[in-house]
Amino acid sequence: MDKTNIHAGYKPKILVEDLNLYYGQKQVLKSINLAIPENQVTAIIGPSGCGKSTFIRALNRMNDLIPEARVEGKILIDDENIYDPDIDLVALRKKVGMVFQKPNPFPKSIFDNVAYGLTIGHHRPKAELEKVVEKSLRQAALWEEIKDRLEQNALKLSGGQQQRLCIARTLAVEPEIILFDEPCSAIDPIATSKVEELIHQLKKNYTVVIVTHNMQQAARVSDFTAFLWLGELIEFDRTDKIFTNPANKLTEDYITGRFG
Amino acid sequence: MKTSVRKSRKNSKTQLTQFLGFLVLRLSVYLVLFVLIYFLYDVLSHGSKVISWEFLSQAPRKGMTEGGIFPAIFGTFLVTLITAAVSVPLGMAAAIYLNEYARAGRLTRLIRLSIRNLAGVPSVVYGLFGVILFVNLMKLGTSLLSAGLTLALLTLPWTITASEEALKTVPDSYREGALALGATKWQMIRTNVLPYSIPGMLTGAILGLARAAGETAPIMFTGVAFYLPFLPASLKDQFMALPYHLYVMATQHHSLDRAKSLAYGTALVLIVFVILFNLTAVIIRSRLRRKWKN
Repeated sequence: MDKTNIHAGYKPKILVEDLNLYYGQKQVLKSINLAIPENQVTAIIGPSGCGKSTFIRALNRMNDLIPEARVEGKILIDDENIYDPDIDLVALRKKVGMVFQKPNPFPKSIFDNVAYGLTIGHHRPKAELEKVVEKSLRQAALWEEIKDRLEQNALKLSGGQQQRLCIARTLAVEPEIILFDEPCSAIDPIATSKVEELIHQLKKNYTVVIVTHNMQQAARVSDFTAFLWLGELIEFDRTDKIFTNPANKLTEDYITGRFG
Repeated sequence: MKTSVRKSRKNSKTQLTQFLGFLVLRLSVYLVLFVLIYFLYDVLSHGSKVISWEFLSQAPRKGMTEGGIFPAIFGTFLVTLITAAVSVPLGMAAAIYLNEYARAGRLTRLIRLSIRNLAGVPSVVYGLFGVILFVNLMKLGTSLLSAGLTLALLTLPWTITASEEALKTVPDSYREGALALGATKWQMIRTNVLPYSIPGMLTGAILGLARAAGETAPIMFTGVAFYLPFLPASLKDQFMALPYHLYVMATQHHSLDRAKSLAYGTALVLIVFVILFNLTAVIIRSRLRRKWKN
């Protein structure tokens, strides 16, 4: 296996080089090298506490919020190291959107939720906002359900609708990469299948990274899968390869349910 | 094996202990209620006799044995306004800094601990501090401004603590969500944290102000007057205030007998004043909470 894990024929969008991450004294990620291909869905799987969420939060620097977190190594997105001191965090987070584990709509109207990322710091004409809101809600397959009640408080939506609203909100700022941190762990199976369908659609225009502890989900939605174990990247390959013919014994044990 | 659930002798004994236990608890509540109700009844029955439009709108006359308490109502209103204008914004700003910006560490913990402790400092100490700082050092004299600033210091720990608690009730997911959409920290606070914490902040601030409005000691040395023939016209003027007026009428008057009913009236007005304050806090809180939910 090539050290940087670049797969032939796939242009990497995110290139992780020798990434080490510490919470205080504790090392959570251990020299990770990974090339996440453009316009593909990459799943990050592994048992609880293996560092999946920490890893995905390193990709848009959400870990900056944790005072004791310290990062070594590089993460190159379009050849720019996002840990360089001259990186504009606001621009980075607009480029790398994130959908969280628990749906977190703001207690505002549906419209204001979707328009949030566009309105902060800018004044935009209402007509323009309306256009983007509709487009984003359509992309998130939510428009038909809620088009008549855009002024309603978003907290009144069901859990699955809330999660799709959060996806629409992320799409509205036109990111290039979307990170999903276990997006279906707090919603029901029908809502889950809708979100999975959506993720599948999104890869046409976006690079998608999804953390999941649901192996079937990884198999269903992703093109590539990375298996993390105790902070180390054990294996990274095409999803069909990982699930049918894993190279590493640990990967095989994990996906066949021998531990986890 | 089947266990019977019928009452046994042993059970009836534990039931008796339980009954006695509850009785003690219930009696404690009745005792507290009795004291409170008796106190309110006493003030209300004596005070209501002197309450009239004249009492509320006129100045004291004939060596404060007749007339009303309007200057005291007006003075308390003004001084509370000054207190609010200083303590509310300052308290909110400090809370925002402590909760959103300050790094959790020993220094922040120390600051927080000091603020909590300040809330327990006797008000007379604030009064003396106000004399030294505002009246003498800053040369503001005994005035509305000095008294208002002293009361602001007194309420600050309450405002800060209440504001911080209000900020803590906003889930972190709102903060993360906003940041992940490309908000700067301040944009996140302004658009996605403050709107949801302001009801709680205001409630805490109003409760603090209600307490300040009823304080005597902090204003006694810094600006309140025994009797003034005129209303304060500037921040540098002295003023009359309800709590101090009550203190004077009840203990310092040259003719306590004749002043007694007026003192009761003053007490009633002061209590109503404070209750109105608290009621406002409750209304603001419930209204904004409802708005937030829907």
